[in-house]
Amino acid sequence: MDLIWEGLRKALELLLRMDPEVLRITLLSLQVSGLATLLSVLLGLGLAVLVALNEFPGKRLVIALMNTGMGLPPVVVGLFVTVLLWRNGPFGFLGILYTPAAIILAQCVIATPIIAGLGLAALQHLPPGLRLQILALGATRTQLVWLLLKEARLPLLAAVMAGFGGVISEVGASIMVGGNLKGSTRVLTTATVMETSRGNFDVAFALSFILLVLAFSVNALLTHLQQRSQRR
Amino acid sequence: MNRSTFLRWGLALATSLSPCFLAAAPPAERIVILATTTSTQDSGLLDELLPLFEKQTGYQVKTIAVGSGQAIAMGKRGEADVLLVHSPEAEKALVAEGSGVNRRIVMHNDFILVGPAADPAGIAKHTAAESFQRIAATKSLFLSRGDNSGTHAQELKLWKAAGIPFEGQTWYQQTGQGMGQTLAIATEKKAYTLSDRGTYLALRKKLGLPILHEGDPALRNVYHVIEVNPARFPKANAAGARAFADFMVSKPVQARIKEFGISLYGSPLFFPDAEVPKLDAGRS
Repeated sequence: MDLIWEGLRKALELLLRMDPEVLRITLLSLQVSGLATLLSVLLGLGLAVLVALNEFPGKRLVIALMNTGMGLPPVVVGLFVTVLLWRNGPFGFLGILYTPAAIILAQCVIATPIIAGLGLAALQHLPPGLRLQILALGATRTQLVWLLLKEARLPLLAAVMAGFGGVISEVGASIMVGGNLKGSTRVLTTATVMETSRGNFDVAFALSFILLVLAFSVNALLTHLQQRSQRR
Repeated sequence: MNRSTFLRWGLALATSLSPCFLAAAPPAERIVILATTTSTQDSGLLDELLPLFEKQTGYQVKTIAVGSGQAIAMGKRGEADVLLVHSPEAEKALVAEGSGVNRRIVMHNDFILVGPAADPAGIAKHTAAESFQRIAATKSLFLSRGDNSGTHAQELKLWKAAGIPFEGQTWYQQTGQGMGQTLAIATEKKAYTLSDRGTYLALRKKLGLPILHEGDPALRNVYHVIEVNPARFPKANAAGARAFADFMVSKPVQARIKEFGISLYGSPLFFPDAEVPKLDAGRS
């Protein structure tokens, strides 16, 4: 128990002191997971719209696959991405293994199905007549998609938060494809694992608290957007 | 929320996330991938040596700290440039098989047997083999790393030498985790375990595990540096690997290794060996 207080104290100390290493790790976590979430929003919502607005054979299977993808274990994603990015592997020519780009890629694979799955559920939950109504008013296809997304914005933002929460907190993929390199790919979760194995429990707790505050801040911002749109 | 607010937020977010880190990657020939064991990283040794190497040579080292088993597997596939590991049998196999070249001794420390202060198996004052036999005879809980690391390989060798069937026994459990984690679990479960001295010393204050057995020649823990064979893996950074290996066995670095840990832990964590390569002779 004393360790937790010690960690809280250490977290405050590191933040007040503007410890450059901790700031860099924190900023990198935010950048990597933020970018991965942004890309996943584009891919995931695109996929959700495609599946929601089209009827095709095997649609249920696709939906089942998307829903299964929501539970992809990060360590499995990490293993696949690592082997694919190995310099002697099929995508070795990219040369991005053990760089932040590799972490973004792996986190995209983790977050896209989450956002796609929840996004699809949000779109399917809209009243079935709504689409016909919008089209009857003469909307183009782009306008239709925009209006539908707007109508479902509340659960869609929840999907974005779930995606961000999934990647900012994962460690299995980040440590495998990033390598936890100091000053380059060390993010909050991988640093926490390392400090724990070094026995620096106070620093590990401090990093955990910073991670929680970061996750809270981002989600508070998104919640603000979500609830503000609700009031109108 | 209207469209322009949304776009403004999106723009602000995108700007704050501008991936400046994606541009700054150095060219591949300046990067050295070092696959090593957790003990060199967790003890803090690499944190002390790598900045020195990077400053001297201009190379950037990517340290992948994993168990020796995984480090050697990466070498076998040409996915690392240079290895710093402590699993002699597997190292020799790697060199014999042609994936590794120029294996050189860097340093050693030793393994120690730690356990609950009460020492229910009474292993103090016995040889390593006898200690293992007593642990088995009293069915005292023993924690194995179980992760193909150098420490795990050493432990398996000791069980074999003691002639004890240990697999599947209720008193024999595998953590599958690194040394630091395994020591923490051993403290909680009042179990015996085999540890490298470096990690143990670095963590000693946080553990409730005294050293119960040490000093047996069978418990020597030797670290070698091995370059990945560039003839087999053309993508390997041969020059960088050679530079790192040369650096590790160079006089000033060996002197640093000798000093490392004294101020923090009261005794050195590693003993430099590059000057006396004959120490490795005859060891399997």
